[in-house]
Amino acid sequence: MPVTTTASHASSTSTTLSQRVIAAVSASVLGLCLVYFAGFSHIEAVHNAAHDTRHSAAFPCH
Amino acid sequence: MFTRIARTAGFTGLLAALLLTVLQSFWVAPLILQAETYEGSAPAAAHEHEHADAAAGESHHHDAEAWSPEDGWQRVLSTTGGNLVVAVGFALLLAGMYTLRSPRSIGAGALWGLGGFAVFCLAPNLGLPPELPGTAAADLAQRQFWWVGTAAATAVGLALMVFAGNWVLKIAGLILLAIPHVIGAPQPEVHESLAPEALESQFIVASLLTNAGFWLALGLISAWLYRRQSA
Repeated sequence: MPVTTTASHASSTSTTLSQRVIAAVSASVLGLCLVYFAGFSHIEAVHNAAHDTRHSAAFPCH
Repeated sequence: MFTRIARTAGFTGLLAALLLTVLQSFWVAPLILQAETYEGSAPAAAHEHEHADAAAGESHHHDAEAWSPEDGWQRVLSTTGGNLVVAVGFALLLAGMYTLRSPRSIGAGALWGLGGFAVFCLAPNLGLPPELPGTAAADLAQRQFWWVGTAAATAVGLALMVFAGNWVLKIAGLILLAIPHVIGAPQPEVHESLAPEALESQFIVASLLTNAGFWLALGLISAWLYRRQSA
């Protein structure tokens, strides 16, 4: 186990800013897509399933 | 790095969604169900419209027969699913931010959570308060557009105010926060609601506090999990 931790520490120091920005942006875009899918989708079946989620989270509904 | 984001977001989303589901089932969902009894008994225009559509030509309106969960366990289960998707989505967003600015303590996670609450709940709710089923509202696409614009402006505005180095940018952030509210949210032509006003205001409080709890949990759990893992 200690071997893997040192290895991952080494990789963490070697991640550049641009790599971190790419990771942050892709995670955010994926996250927003998920929220959009459940909260804002115009597909009727998805709307019906997540109906209470939408109302409770105060997403625009109906 | 990606594993760390995925793990943080996955477990945070799962835990926060469970908390949200519990809070909802005891507090928010009963109010929605109660409001729907008014919706069902009143001959609302929207419902008549749906019936007319169905009678006019069923083949053209697939949506009229779209699947919808039955009240009871089906509905709770599908709401849980919806919560899970939304929670993992928001958690991914937080984990993404952490890769740019690692939280120094779990308390920093709480601040991120409150920031998320302000962006995705408080600011849009100022213009478009949480609605019970059967409340008159402006065109859906317009409201969604305003909602997304407000969330985006609030996110950028808050980030500028917190992280910007000089006063000009901080003030620009403050102005950005205000712009959506100066423009104003799309409003319905007539304000009307099938459910009584008391139920409506009760729902607004329930929804706000539930979301505040949800976001606080999201921030705390994500920062805790993110800090536990080495990159």
